[in-house]
Amino acid sequence: MKKLKYIFFIFYLLTFTLPVLAQQQRFPKPEFESGYVQPSTQTPEPRALSLEYFDVLVLLVVLSLATWLAIKKRSRQGILWLSVFTLIYFGFYRNGCICSIGAIQNVALSFADPTYAISLTALLFFILPLAFTLFFGRTFCAGACPLGAIQDVVIIKPISLPKWLNKTLGLIPYIYLSLAVLFAATGTDFIICRYDPFVGIFRMDAKFHMVVLGISFLLMGMFVARPYCRFFCPYSVLLNWMSRFSKWHLSITPAACIQCKLCTNSCPFDAIDYPTNEKEVLKSGLGPKRFLVYALLIPLWIAAGVLVGKQSHTWLSKANPDVYLAELLISNPEIKNDPDNIDVQTFLASGKTMETLVQEAEILRGKFYIGSMIAGGFLGLVIGMTLLNTVVFRKRQDYVPHKGNCFSCGRCMDYCPVEK
Amino acid sequence: MEDKSKSKNRREFIQSGVRLSLALALGSVSGLALSKVVKDDYVWQIDPFECTQCGRCATDCIMSPSAVKCVHAYDLCGYCDLCGGYFKPDANALSTAAENQLCPTAAIERKFIEEPYFEYIINEDLCIGCAKCVEGCTSFGNGSLHLQIIHDICLNCNECSIARVCPSDAIKRVKASEAYHIKGDFSKNPES
Ligand code: SF4
Ligand code: SF4
Ligand code: SF4
Ligand code: SF4
Repeated sequence: MKKLKYIFFIFYLLTFTLPVLAQQQRFPKPEFESGYVQPSTQTPEPRALSLEYFDVLVLLVVLSLATWLAIKKRSRQGILWLSVFTLIYFGFYRNGCICSIGAIQNVALSFADPTYAISLTALLFFILPLAFTLFFGRTFCAGACPLGAIQDVVIIKPISLPKWLNKTLGLIPYIYLSLAVLFAATGTDFIICRYDPFVGIFRMDAKFHMVVLGISFLLMGMFVARPYCRFFCPYSVLLNWMSRFSKWHLSITPAACIQCKLCTNSCPFDAIDYPTNEKEVLKSGLGPKRFLVYALLIPLWIAAGVLVGKQSHTWLSKANPDVYLAELLISNPEIKNDPDNIDVQTFLASGKTMETLVQEAEILRGKFYIGSMIAGGFLGLVIGMTLLNTVVFRKRQDYVPHKGNCFSCGRCMDYCPVEK
Repeated sequence: MEDKSKSKNRREFIQSGVRLSLALALGSVSGLALSKVVKDDYVWQIDPFECTQCGRCATDCIMSPSAVKCVHAYDLCGYCDLCGGYFKPDANALSTAAENQLCPTAAIERKFIEEPYFEYIINEDLCIGCAKCVEGCTSFGNGSLHLQIIHDICLNCNECSIARVCPSDAIKRVKASEAYHIKGDFSKNPES
């Protein structure tokens, strides 16, 4: 039915607007007598496709190098130089775009919007780092991510954050990811790109508040190492999952840990797990009972998440310009007389009826309704699992990097006195 | 000792199981996306027939000045002496003094060709994409002046920040092989 309407609309457009357009040639083109040749309109080509593929190649090479440096060569120096290269190439030369973090949205949109076809470059930028991480840990973060690189080079005096704070702030990326996917899938906005704090620095040009944001991230990053990576980056969620199950992850020691404790403070990101202190575990009284309670709570968390999502969908959907406009016109009809409101005036002049607008807005809101509930449920699950994790004790004898959180930066390796 | 290696084995088994399923998930996501993938890249471009000259192109591009510039489709131009895109509608004298020009940056150069025709050339370095001339030309002239995203300036942001705020949704992703919608070569065609 909708399609039919659409066809009618096009038909209408064709029959009524084309003559109008044709009429626009109000003044016929003159016939020049002086042999005047009209200049041609300049249309400089966009960046060549081959260059886009070259970027993918560079990413592949950098990823492989970072992996080799972290796992085989075990060279922090090498990784450092590699991240400097990444910073210059993907950051300052490529202006921080295209980037794997933002590619999440392209993938989400390509699934949600049948008319949008993702470009091969964007897809590869999304997939390649994840595939590498699944086998080698987050070597992408170590050397191939421009956002990581810019934060890595400003670390001066990292402080260690308490565990509970790390865990709590570590929930933000999940929220960010859910919102980014929700907004991308509904065709509302690409928030990851819009609020990328460093892109303004890469481009050396941005709106004032984004510059402030970028600089404050860097300032904070001097003491709280890689704040964006740890507490915001939505891609880190996916990388974290992959890395936890990576086959060959970087290890602090090249051979066997001798418990010298020299590496304990070497990680600026609090990503080193200490051996389990069995006595303390017993003393804390966190037994199977707690585990059971927390496990049983998970469905409740999910339900709560769904509920919160449901409640907030109206509010979230206002981020969509169409929904916003429809709401504005309904709640505040006098706005039609405001000549300065460009959106309203354009809508009024467009000949689109209020009905179609409201209809479109309602469809969008429906998408938000479902999307917010899924996002809420997902977040509930994440919170439940995080809590559950606090009472699970894995037996560890040695000092090992936390596979999920470790960026494979290689700093800790230099502290280990064990020779190969 | 035996016990330990057993539990280690079990852990490794679970790990590789999960790894396999993650790999499969990754594979199917890419496979699904791949079924729709296009080799051609996308760039952003303005549909000049949909643009309503709101002026946001000048203010909302992440580049300053904007990557959007006015282009001149000479094929459509009437070479008018009294150019609706060049002069302010209320210009008191038809002199080319700056206060009579619509363009805030005097980016349009007017050149005498032959009686009574004038050529109008946009100086891209000065143009800020404010669409004032476009509005003038569209309402009083042939509409040969119009806005386009100029691709050697545009950074091809993942999401164009003007597209997001364009009130008439005139900015869309187009194939990189057809990166411009110059009026005259490009007509509003119904299949798109
Ligand atoms: S490689 Fe070592 S120092 Fe670097 S993030 Fe991992 S655990 Fe921390
Ligand atoms: S934002 Fe849209 S309507 Fe406004 S000038 Fe640019 S293309 Fe035209
Ligand atoms: S009026 Fe605006 S769009 Fe037209 S040439 Fe001048 S700056 Fe460019
Ligand atoms: S894609 Fe980016 S650089 Fe290009 S016109 Fe849009 S905002 Fe400006």
